[in-house]
Amino acid sequence: MDYSQFLAMKQELALLLVFLLVFLYDTFLPKKAQKGLPVFAIVLTLAATAAGFCCHCLGSACNTVAFAGMYETSPVIAAIKGILNVGAVIVLIQSIKWADSENMTMRRGEFYELLLVTLFGMYLMISARHFLLFLIGLESASLPLAAMVALDKNRYESHEAAVKYILTAVFSSAIFMLGLSFLYGLTGSLYFQNIYFALTANGSANLLLILSVAFVISGIGFKLSLVPFHLWTADVYQGAPTSVTSYLSVISKGATAFAFLVVLVQVFGSIYSSVWEWMLYALIILTITVGNLFAIRQRNMKRFLAFSSVSQAGYIMLGIIADNAMGMAAMMYYILVYIFSNLAAFGVIGAIENATGKVSMDNYNGLYKTNPRLSFAMMLAMFSLAGIPPFAGFFSKFFIFTGALNQGSVAIYVLVGIALLNTIISLYYYLLVVKAMFINDTETPLPTFRSSCSERLGLWITVAGVIGLGIVSWFYSSLLELAQVAPMNMYFIG
Amino acid sequence: MDVTVPILILAIPLFMFLLLGLTGMKMSHKLAGTLGTLGMGTVLVLAYVTAFTYFFGGAPEFIDAAGNRLQYLVFDQTWLAFTQNLVIKIGFLLDPISAMMLVVITTISFMVHLYSLGYMRDHHGVYEHGFQRFYAFLSLFSFSMLGLVVAPNIFQMYIFWELVGASSYLLIGFYYRKPSAVSASKKAFIVTRFADLGFLIGILVLSYYTGTFNFTDFTSSAVAGMEGVTQVNIHTAEGILNIFQSSPAPMFMGASVLTWALVLIFMGGMGKSAMLPLHIWLPDAMEGPTPVSALIHAATMVVAGVYLVARLFPLYLMEESALMIITVVGALTALYAAMVACTQVDIKRVLAFSTISQIAFMMVSLGVARMDIHHGLGYMASMFHLFTHAMFKALLFLGAGALIHAIGSNDYTDMHGLRKYMPITHITFLIGCLAIAGIIPFSGFFSKDEILSSCLGNSTIAYVWMSAVAGLTAFYMFRLYYLIFWWKEHKVHEGHHAPHDQPWVMSLPLIILAVISCVAGFIPFGNLVSWNGVPYDFMAHFNWSVAAVSLVVAIAGIALATVMYRKENELPAKFKNAVPALWRWCHHRFYWDELYMFITHRIIFGCICRPLAWFDRHIIDGTMDSFATITNKASDAIKPLQSGQVQMYVWYYLIGALALGGITYICLL
Repeated sequence: MDYSQFLAMKQELALLLVFLLVFLYDTFLPKKAQKGLPVFAIVLTLAATAAGFCCHCLGSACNTVAFAGMYETSPVIAAIKGILNVGAVIVLIQSIKWADSENMTMRRGEFYELLLVTLFGMYLMISARHFLLFLIGLESASLPLAAMVALDKNRYESHEAAVKYILTAVFSSAIFMLGLSFLYGLTGSLYFQNIYFALTANGSANLLLILSVAFVISGIGFKLSLVPFHLWTADVYQGAPTSVTSYLSVISKGATAFAFLVVLVQVFGSIYSSVWEWMLYALIILTITVGNLFAIRQRNMKRFLAFSSVSQAGYIMLGIIADNAMGMAAMMYYILVYIFSNLAAFGVIGAIENATGKVSMDNYNGLYKTNPRLSFAMMLAMFSLAGIPPFAGFFSKFFIFTGALNQGSVAIYVLVGIALLNTIISLYYYLLVVKAMFINDTETPLPTFRSSCSERLGLWITVAGVIGLGIVSWFYSSLLELAQVAPMNMYFIG
Repeated sequence: MDVTVPILILAIPLFMFLLLGLTGMKMSHKLAGTLGTLGMGTVLVLAYVTAFTYFFGGAPEFIDAAGNRLQYLVFDQTWLAFTQNLVIKIGFLLDPISAMMLVVITTISFMVHLYSLGYMRDHHGVYEHGFQRFYAFLSLFSFSMLGLVVAPNIFQMYIFWELVGASSYLLIGFYYRKPSAVSASKKAFIVTRFADLGFLIGILVLSYYTGTFNFTDFTSSAVAGMEGVTQVNIHTAEGILNIFQSSPAPMFMGASVLTWALVLIFMGGMGKSAMLPLHIWLPDAMEGPTPVSALIHAATMVVAGVYLVARLFPLYLMEESALMIITVVGALTALYAAMVACTQVDIKRVLAFSTISQIAFMMVSLGVARMDIHHGLGYMASMFHLFTHAMFKALLFLGAGALIHAIGSNDYTDMHGLRKYMPITHITFLIGCLAIAGIIPFSGFFSKDEILSSCLGNSTIAYVWMSAVAGLTAFYMFRLYYLIFWWKEHKVHEGHHAPHDQPWVMSLPLIILAVISCVAGFIPFGNLVSWNGVPYDFMAHFNWSVAAVSLVVAIAGIALATVMYRKENELPAKFKNAVPALWRWCHHRFYWDELYMFITHRIIFGCICRPLAWFDRHIIDGTMDSFATITNKASDAIKPLQSGQVQMYVWYYLIGALALGGITYICLL
């Protein structure tokens, strides 16, 4: 065996190294030194992120295939991993206060270790070109999450959420694997490439093939919380600790979305128009609309953002259905912007929850009077999520719509039209939050408090991202350049 | 000619506006007032230098070898170039009328700046609220008005035309805490803005067919070999006429497009110059501070309509019908306003209607002017009257301001018998009255006489009509004069509280303007201003019988006023009872305001706006509301999906996955 193949997995290895160091620190260092763990983990993750970007910049991470085609990496894959890393660092920064709280001191290390393991799993999902490796990635990105959801041991809801999550996740894995076994039976291989060629050669769609595609889509769609596989989302998001929720809603979702794109394009690319295009149309319309309709009536902020993230996933899917390089670049940009906007919102929610324990939208009434800066950050986050110019969210929506429209069929115009109509509904509920903070009057607003240093740092970073990414929206064009030279390009129909 | 001075003439008032507007509140009142006045004084000197250089410098670009005055473009900078043809320029045109207007505007504006230093504070020396703002607005107005008169193209004129409208709005509403001032400023803005709609359409029509905005292209031809110099030339204008007479001739609703354009442009002038039926804003505009009334609503802005017609006069000469409309509108307005002025109680309203009437004189004078009637005497007479009227009407307004300042009321019934207390005001006001009545040797006599000569040359009806109005003018002015300064005073004015003459900053402008009103008639105006730049010797066309008749009519008017109003007596009441209907109509200004209220409230609001509002509220809003309701209902309907029971979640999941595959399969069959 050629061990130099492992060198292709530079980013995974760096992450693994970070994980090991954090694990050793947690296990062997005395109790006094444990307080430094969060900073240690953050610095290391940051270093790994920087190293990943540097490797890419130095050109050593060119298109590489390792382990007989099971693993693949390319600049565009390095870029999406880097984006996820940035998000993970922000989540880690925002969680410091929570991780330092009394309940968590015993289990602080677990949070970081589990988080890094799931991130590793996501890396594998993105880079896997064989369904077994993909499955390992998917599971290691899912099961530790259940433990993370249950971290808040003193809260009943946290357990309930974890149980719901693990039950549905296991069920979804079963369906997914059933789909895979059908696929293996049809094509005789689990390599993406082999399946692709087999399907290209024998393109006729039969019930088994369609069912296997549907099962694969629903298995991955579960993690993306596409409607109707999303029902766990609200309960889990609400029950999980806020830091875990924010991690779930952005990093996990972003990674899965990209992996979804890889699977659909590199495995099922040849049966795009005959099989899964129409499935996706239905899923996207359902996801955006149902997510919005549920979000309208939520009063709990975490639940509210859960449904908002459901409908955002629908918009992300537009980048997949575009099935071209523009769609892929727009999707990556969307994920990046979504990370910043959603984490800004969760940063505010977390800061308020840590200080007062309140998570209801009604508690936000009159927040502007007592905590103007938090309200301002929240407002920017909401504007960006709703897609109001000149914030980043506007450009990400614009690019993803443009990418989708480039596909060119009539159906896609209808789909984008429906998505645009849904942005109006989403505007309504995002503005509800802004209205609560700035307009609604209450006799008992939340008291003025000073959020911790780490929370403020996290908010500064995310707000800077929300505004800055809007200004440097040409960043999209560099992503597009990467996407146009990606090896995946040959599978696109456009 | 050097461009520095013309640029400074525009730049200083603009700079003063910005300076006083932005930093005025941080300055002391005195500093702000002094700065504004000094700025205007500088502009006054520069404008005088410019006008003097133009008229008497004798430079070849201003006057050709034959002694004809030329139009000179000091600068003409491209501002917006939309396409090759559609270019909007900003420039500075120097010709007889713009040079004359520079003098008029800067003189009156400077007098008003000076006068306001005294007027805008009470008897204890406390400055009015917003004193600095007042000077900032005055500077803005001066800038806009100067920009308007020197505009070399109709689009620049339109821009500044709107700017004067805006600054007039700001100054009428200066006492913004007074509801009547606020509604007056709104009324002025809306009425003139409505008229400007016609102006804009006229500009677009004219430019569309001629392909240019430049006045010089409309009315004159370039004199070869000299850059920026043009001469008013009817032959080029005929070239434009050919455009409109070419086949297929552009016609619209039975009239040529040129007629339409000119009438629409005149509509803008009607709004600004308060001609019937768009005059309703001017009497209300008297709610502004009195110096503002003197500057804007007597001397400068309201004559912009006359100036506009004069500017395009060679074009109007081509269209007999347009000139006819101007004459008729002017004549009706003149008589109407003079009749109303006889019955008003508020002294500023009397002066306002007198202004309307006098501007109508200028309009009529332009309307009756023809090349073949005394070589276009009417044009010159109109400009001459504009000049003299600006001086004596500003004098009258500033005098009225002094009275109001001393008494604290606009009502003549509160005044009576002030000649003993305020001698300077009395004498200067009397000079103003004599000038407007047209008594020799005061300036109004000369200019009005020329207007009447011009009318006589056109038609006897116009002449008789306008002479009658002139007599009425003398009557109502002296009625006002007697009511203010004669009669027995009501109250016992004693000691410190007795009305007294004003401080020198207010007296000085009165005296200066009075002197100008005495001597301005002797200016050989025809040598300076004529419609085609050829010096005009009006003595050659002087009609002694017209002069004699107009003098007799004026004296008759004064005599009648003396008999009726010299002392308190029964005659006015008797007259009122003799023709009660006529008196009532005049007193209520022929119910024009009520007519407008009826049209806007009953017809426009009632018949058009209400149904539209209903449509908006019920159909458009209703549709939107129903969308929202449907969204909410849908949201409600799918609520049970999120039951919280994980076994149901799994069921939905399975059903979803199977349905995804099943439906696709069925669809593909």
